[in-house]
Amino acid sequence: MRSADYLIQKTAFSLVTLSVVLVFNFVLFRIIPGDPVQMILSPRLRPETRERIRHEYGLDRPVWFNLEASRETGNLLQLFDSQFFHYVRNLAGGNLGESFRLQTPVAELIRARLGPTLLLILTGEVMAILLGSLLGLVAAWKRKTPIDAVCTAVGLTAFGLPAFWLGIVLLILARGHLPMGGFQTSGVTYADPIARALDVARHLVLPTSTLAILLFGGYMLMARNSSLEVLAEDYILTAKAKGLSAVRILLCHALKNASLPLVTLVALNLGYALGGTIQIETVFSWPGIGRLMYEAIAERDYPILQGVFLFLAVGVIGANFLADLTYALVDPRVKA
Amino acid sequence: MTQVFVRYRLGGLGLVMVAAVVVVAFLAPWLAPYDPYATITGSSADIMASPSRGHLLGQDDSGKDVLSSVIYGSRISLTVGFAASFIVVVLGATVGMLSGYAGGRVDMVLMRITDAFLVVPRLPLMLVVITVAGRGLANIILVIGLLSWTYMARVVRSQVLTVKERQFILRAKALGVSPARIMTRHILPQVVPVIFAEATLDVSYAILSEATLSFLGLGDPMLISWGSILNRAFLRGAVMREAWWYLIPPGVALAWTTLGLTFLGIALQEMINPRLKTHHLFDEGKTVAIKRLKTRTPILGEAPRF
Repeated sequence: MRSADYLIQKTAFSLVTLSVVLVFNFVLFRIIPGDPVQMILSPRLRPETRERIRHEYGLDRPVWFNLEASRETGNLLQLFDSQFFHYVRNLAGGNLGESFRLQTPVAELIRARLGPTLLLILTGEVMAILLGSLLGLVAAWKRKTPIDAVCTAVGLTAFGLPAFWLGIVLLILARGHLPMGGFQTSGVTYADPIARALDVARHLVLPTSTLAILLFGGYMLMARNSSLEVLAEDYILTAKAKGLSAVRILLCHALKNASLPLVTLVALNLGYALGGTIQIETVFSWPGIGRLMYEAIAERDYPILQGVFLFLAVGVIGANFLADLTYALVDPRVKA
Repeated sequence: MTQVFVRYRLGGLGLVMVAAVVVVAFLAPWLAPYDPYATITGSSADIMASPSRGHLLGQDDSGKDVLSSVIYGSRISLTVGFAASFIVVVLGATVGMLSGYAGGRVDMVLMRITDAFLVVPRLPLMLVVITVAGRGLANIILVIGLLSWTYMARVVRSQVLTVKERQFILRAKALGVSPARIMTRHILPQVVPVIFAEATLDVSYAILSEATLSFLGLGDPMLISWGSILNRAFLRGAVMREAWWYLIPPGVALAWTTLGLTFLGIALQEMINPRLKTHHLFDEGKTVAIKRLKTRTPILGEAPRF
């Protein structure tokens, strides 16, 4: 069956990509010049202590495969008593290592920061999709008029702007009216959850707007293209002949069909959106994963960098896989 | 017809915009009123001073002239843009041509590798690699180039696929011409315009990438680029001080350059094949499905670069 083929292909691809990312991540931090242990150890420690700590971190094991141990014991499973397979085993158990600086597990740090990032990305994407599809629809409806040209021009311009600069510009513009950064006002107790939500919302406006402006160009251009196709269909002509108002035609008939490709675009865009999010969180001091990465860079905190990158990569690979699945389910005409 | 005219106009505008930046970069020592790499002597009143007659764009957090920094910054941004783009052209075009011409297994494997690069989030990967590799101009150029070649490969491969079945190629094959010779002497000339158009866009993305890396603190510490200017501005509290002269101009310069390159690139793409509505915002793999659904206007393009 066609779609089973497609499914198997996509699954295989995702798994292979995942494996490559894992291996890459593993290799990357082993080629750092200098012993990684030097960073946590003081050179004044006795050699025995150093050895003990290295043993604890498993750094005295062979890197890829443990041939000696398996040969000694005759047990084939001992082959996998190596740094790489312990790394994989740790990952499977959700252990992403420990931050050098903070001495807390990376997974915990990520979990703590995940909420704000999700909030930001979710609201940003929703705004971008709404704005983009509406503008795309309007631009298609009014094609070959100045409105179309303006919309396309704005979309293109927004796309070429660096996210961090866009954020800075919005910060300057909104100075005095909106909070300059952070998740909520510090040192304040709230009367009720609603007050807190409102405060967070106020802090959310600028970062979300930045992300939405960044992303909407892509959605708009795609919506415009698919709208052009949809608007040329016969049922739109019928609706026009029936005398339905333009607004009704656009919103009730055209929008649904034109927005289907946007679904896959969200997943494709995710890598780009994450890049933008890292910059936006840095500019607005938004306490999310992007900011975590930024802080880790400054501190040379490799475990955090490694863990966050892995987390993000897995997330995007997974999202793309889901998008492929969804598209296959939604449109049975898609072939492998 | 008016569409075509507008496109050419757009391309002309883009060319002028880019040319302006290139000229400024070359003539920097003569255009800039001060040397931003020289040591500063001045008073503390100079810190983030607003624009004045001596300093048209004011001064930065250490009293340096902002205008001069922005002018000199163009050199680094353009260098990174073109150098990284060069790597992209060499790597991407080679992979694209091999993939398109060979077809079959080779094509599938290469395309899967390309897809894998596309899926992994770009900026996090760059951040991680640069942190490990160390800051430096060469590293930045290498990293950007090595992570951006996939779009070129895709576009070149598409072109090769269309060219491959043409009469003169089939005749050459029948004559027993070696694949290498076919690729270099016959297919390559057909592919060069596409490479050109795509490279233009790649330069703009390389410039944006370098700016972002510099802003996040991973730029070359010895060099002044638009991103590094903004990095310092932001870290030294220019936003709080409302020092717009420090914050706006580098971004405007960036936007100007990328916009000019985008206009140019789009115009080039349209010139090569005016029937294609090319823009670099979708994945070809996905839109193949859309293409099959709607046979009217083929949509071809790439996912966002960053």
